[in-house]
Amino acid sequence: MAQKNRRKQPTIDREHGLFLLKDMLRIRRLEEKCVELYTASKIRGFVHLYIGEEAIAVGAMLALVPEDNIVATYREHGHALARGVSANAIMAEMYGKVEGCSRGRGGSMHLFDAATRFYGGNAIVGGGLPLAVGLGLADKLAGRQRVTACFFGEGAVAEGEFHESMNLAALWKLPVLFCCENNLYAMGTALARSESETDICLKASAFEIPAWPVDGMDVLAVEEATKRAAIAVRAGGGPHFLEYRTYRFRAHSMYDPELYRDKLEVEEWKKRDPIPNLVERLKQHNLWQEEVWTEMEAEVAREIDAAVEFAEAGHWEPVEELTRFVYSDPSLRSGPALNPER
Amino acid sequence: MRAAIRDALLRDERVFLMGEDVGRYGGCFAVSKGLLDEFGPERIRDTPLSESAFVGAGIGAAMGGARPIVEIMTVNFSLLALDQIVNNAATILHMSGGQFNIPLVIRMTTGAGRQLAAQHSHSLEGWYAHIPGIKVLTPATLEDARGMLWTALEDPDPVLIFENGLLYNMEGELAGDAGPVEIFQAAIRRPGKQISLFTYGGTLFKTLQAAEELAREQIDAEVVDLRTLRPLDTATIVDSVKRTHRALIVDEGWKTGSISAEIMARIMENAFYELDAPVARVCSAEVPMPYPKHLEDAAIPQTPGIVAAARRVVTGHE
Repeated sequence: MAQKNRRKQPTIDREHGLFLLKDMLRIRRLEEKCVELYTASKIRGFVHLYIGEEAIAVGAMLALVPEDNIVATYREHGHALARGVSANAIMAEMYGKVEGCSRGRGGSMHLFDAATRFYGGNAIVGGGLPLAVGLGLADKLAGRQRVTACFFGEGAVAEGEFHESMNLAALWKLPVLFCCENNLYAMGTALARSESETDICLKASAFEIPAWPVDGMDVLAVEEATKRAAIAVRAGGGPHFLEYRTYRFRAHSMYDPELYRDKLEVEEWKKRDPIPNLVERLKQHNLWQEEVWTEMEAEVAREIDAAVEFAEAGHWEPVEELTRFVYSDPSLRSGPALNPER
Repeated sequence: MRAAIRDALLRDERVFLMGEDVGRYGGCFAVSKGLLDEFGPERIRDTPLSESAFVGAGIGAAMGGARPIVEIMTVNFSLLALDQIVNNAATILHMSGGQFNIPLVIRMTTGAGRQLAAQHSHSLEGWYAHIPGIKVLTPATLEDARGMLWTALEDPDPVLIFENGLLYNMEGELAGDAGPVEIFQAAIRRPGKQISLFTYGGTLFKTLQAAEELAREQIDAEVVDLRTLRPLDTATIVDSVKRTHRALIVDEGWKTGSISAEIMARIMENAFYELDAPVARVCSAEVPMPYPKHLEDAAIPQTPGIVAAARRVVTGHE
């Protein structure tokens, strides 16, 4: 059943608070740089910004361990960075350089990274959910205690794949953590204009999946709720579902004049910006000094500048290699020892 | 097929079979009968009617280290999973810059001939052959039905196997040690000198029969079983045309925008000056498959039509 999150506000310690703050700031500044580079035509294609939603990726990743799997969407710069993919590899990917985390083949919407078990930005809405079910199934069959965290927007709940995947995960009690980032608009379509039932947790409950809403603008609340859910999933409690209530401050992508929402609404949500909110919280607990902020900004700026430099210095994959990676290189067969030694 | 699946389950504990009614029911063509008792419900996994989710789950499980065999009842139902097959299975290796391969096998039945009408009888394997990133196998013989599954499971990338429904009931003796087979080469099932008949899957035996009838008319036909539609073995096709100088393609798919058109194009590109006559085709009529037997028979390639078309190519008249 849908549960209300009645927990008290989580406590905060200084070091942890600053860590969260810095991770959110890294995402924000990386993406602001992306806008600049897009305008300068260094980055092309579609770029979907996560600005405003950073608390979710940062808080949620802390509930996961390196063995866990992550499936994300095309709005995944924040998830990749928070998961530990380097800003260098992400920026080089956006440039389309071979040093990118997907060798430049994917771009902004398709960040992949085997080392951090980051199974990609999937740009078909709802298309990643069945994959997450499968990753969970493989872990269950192999007896591994991993969690597969699957991020998707509220727009995905209109897709058949959402319902099919929720049912399969629940039916087979798979270790999947469904992380729904409800930013209220599927591109330009407000939830109430596309769903007869706008309570998303109820949809998960219909599949007997424990589900609860989370304030997606509060990184501490995200961390706490996600940890609680991940612990339950890891313990064999079957799939869990979190609805992070959030808002995207920027346009859907670079080609969006935002005719579908009120500027006042955007301004209201900006008051709940997760970054200043966390600063405020630290201040309330006397854990704040202005010079920390200055130093943090400088450090993040250095990281992002270095990433841009890295991407600029990167290489274009030779056109002769165009048809690589359509099929696996036979010499690199990771495949199936069908004559196992056992 | 059952022997092939059983072999695979015995050989590798990462292999599991998943699909609608593969367990309790025994498979809708009884292909997996008895496997549930032997291997249990974790590895003989019944799924809900959710093609997109269970095909996608097969892709995810393959990325997660398993070796799934996903069964889809018919090619028409596979269209419900087209997003997962085309947008994920075929692309993830590429989009990830070679980091994540998808060692997945998807089996499905294809073809007409059982009066199952227009939503269970089409031959869309040629359509799938359009997609880079997947392999398309079309076994027609018992050896291939058994051996191709083995080879497909050894492949690091997604492999689709299209099994013609009429071939399930074909009987024959298989050597006890029948093993994996090579999948990238077309096979010359009957050598001949005057015309090359290119076909695969459900129409192979009709074409072989046509070749026998042509022999009685002193027309010596070569029958090439394509076996795999992607990658297509252009070299064997071209070599055959260079020997016979005439070609006829027999395909249960429709003509327009089809694998038969692709084969013709490759012959034009690679062997145009070898030809003594225009290349011809025998394909399905361009209609959704009708239910009544006489109309279904008329809609798909049949031996007399193949004989007549081949005769026309060789002699210039009916």
